[in-house]
Amino acid sequence: MTETATTEELPEFPAPRLGKCPFAPPPGLLELQDADKPVRRVRIWDGTTPWLVTTHVAQRQILSDPRLSATIARDGYPHTTEAMKVHASEMQPSINNTDGAEHTRWRRMLTSSFTRPRMQKLRPAIQQITDDLIDKMLAGPNPTELNEALSLPLPSLMICELLGVPYDDHEFFQEHAGVTNAVFKSPEASAATAATLRSYISGLIEKKMDDPGEDVLTDLAERVKAGDLAMEEAAPLGHILLVAGHDTSANMITLGTALLLQNPEQLAGLREHAHDEKYVANAVEELLRYLTLPHLLARRAVVEDIELGGETIRAGEGVIASLPAANWDPVAFPEPATLDLARAAAHHLAFGWGPHQCVGQQLARVELQVVFGTLFRRIPTLRLDAELDDLKFKEDSQAYGIYELPIAW
Amino acid sequence: MKIVIDEERCVAAGQCVSAAAKVFDQREEDGIAVLLDERPPAELAPDVRQAAAVCPALAIRIEE
Ligand code: SF4
Repeated sequence: MTETATTEELPEFPAPRLGKCPFAPPPGLLELQDADKPVRRVRIWDGTTPWLVTTHVAQRQILSDPRLSATIARDGYPHTTEAMKVHASEMQPSINNTDGAEHTRWRRMLTSSFTRPRMQKLRPAIQQITDDLIDKMLAGPNPTELNEALSLPLPSLMICELLGVPYDDHEFFQEHAGVTNAVFKSPEASAATAATLRSYISGLIEKKMDDPGEDVLTDLAERVKAGDLAMEEAAPLGHILLVAGHDTSANMITLGTALLLQNPEQLAGLREHAHDEKYVANAVEELLRYLTLPHLLARRAVVEDIELGGETIRAGEGVIASLPAANWDPVAFPEPATLDLARAAAHHLAFGWGPHQCVGQQLARVELQVVFGTLFRRIPTLRLDAELDDLKFKEDSQAYGIYELPIAW
Repeated sequence: MKIVIDEERCVAAGQCVSAAAKVFDQREEDGIAVLLDERPPAELAPDVRQAAAVCPALAIRIEE
């Protein structure tokens, strides 16, 4: 059999959503899930045939295995987009794109700024912002659009505060974050956006050298000043945090709201327990599990042959751990298609797994807990002001979401 | 039960603190997990096991 004949029969990744439920992972992806065969070859957009890992247990295994690399310039790395493939070799090493001790160095630069105790201290501020945004929404036109009114401004305000980025620039960076996360952008557009955001961030870091604040960019400015970090290294770090810090939480708020409105019984339970922090915290984990925004991740290049699920995966081959598949694995989460805010859900992989697990996860958690604990309590009559079928879902973005969510009350 | 944290592996994800706040905390300066109670009482054992299970870096070891 020739190489082409084999690859033609392979399932495509990502599979189209087509399905009846836009909140569920693609049916074609779930069909591939098989506890006895957790690893199989798929074909991706550029015709290459990396391995797809579909079960929870196998994903936890490979995402913490040092024989797999997150460095996107490595042989076999399965690129998500054409832009990434074209620019892979010029990518600055940074937190999301290094391994081992080098990765640890990057990671430790940021971890103190995002610890759980620190993020918990932000809870009152996040509550205040949420209440203010809801006040404003209630005083404004009805119906309205949720991304504009609440989902985007809340995490943007928070990440601006933490990083020391002026919120007045939000339209500029929200637009560029959209381009950063788009799947079908041209390599040129991608490079232009990255350059724009980086020069914006390095401008801010330079300012903080003379006029320090209490924020992450000031910490980076001090490192640059001390010679521990080059400006070319600091700027991409700021870029990653700024983009990851608001776009993901925003999509989670909008998708989660739409999903809860489709599940009135679960929503009633959430309303009833809105003051029970533990219940709300677990409900957020279940929403994270169910919706798993990073629907195209996680990806690795194999640097040393490994045995997994009865297959030998060779050095130089690529691996995709489909996080939504792990989070809908019936072995880890019985009846995965049932949204159950009270189920044990904390072991989901929505933030990834292994040393690259999301740095900002504790911030995201507090934001989501506050929003979902507040929104339906304050606006009990909240409803969708559109047909589900008419909504446009972000299949073409690296963070799944909904472009516009019309709501009324 | 006795708990051991591998500081080298810890990636400061804070998952252990979410699962068992009476037993784990995170260091101010670098977010590395710290043990508040190396030998926690039996009633905290389920939370501690949960913490070890959700630690993405497999940095928590439990000795029975
Ligand atoms: S969960 Fe693991 S990696 Fe995260 S802070 Fe605790 S010990 Fe460290």
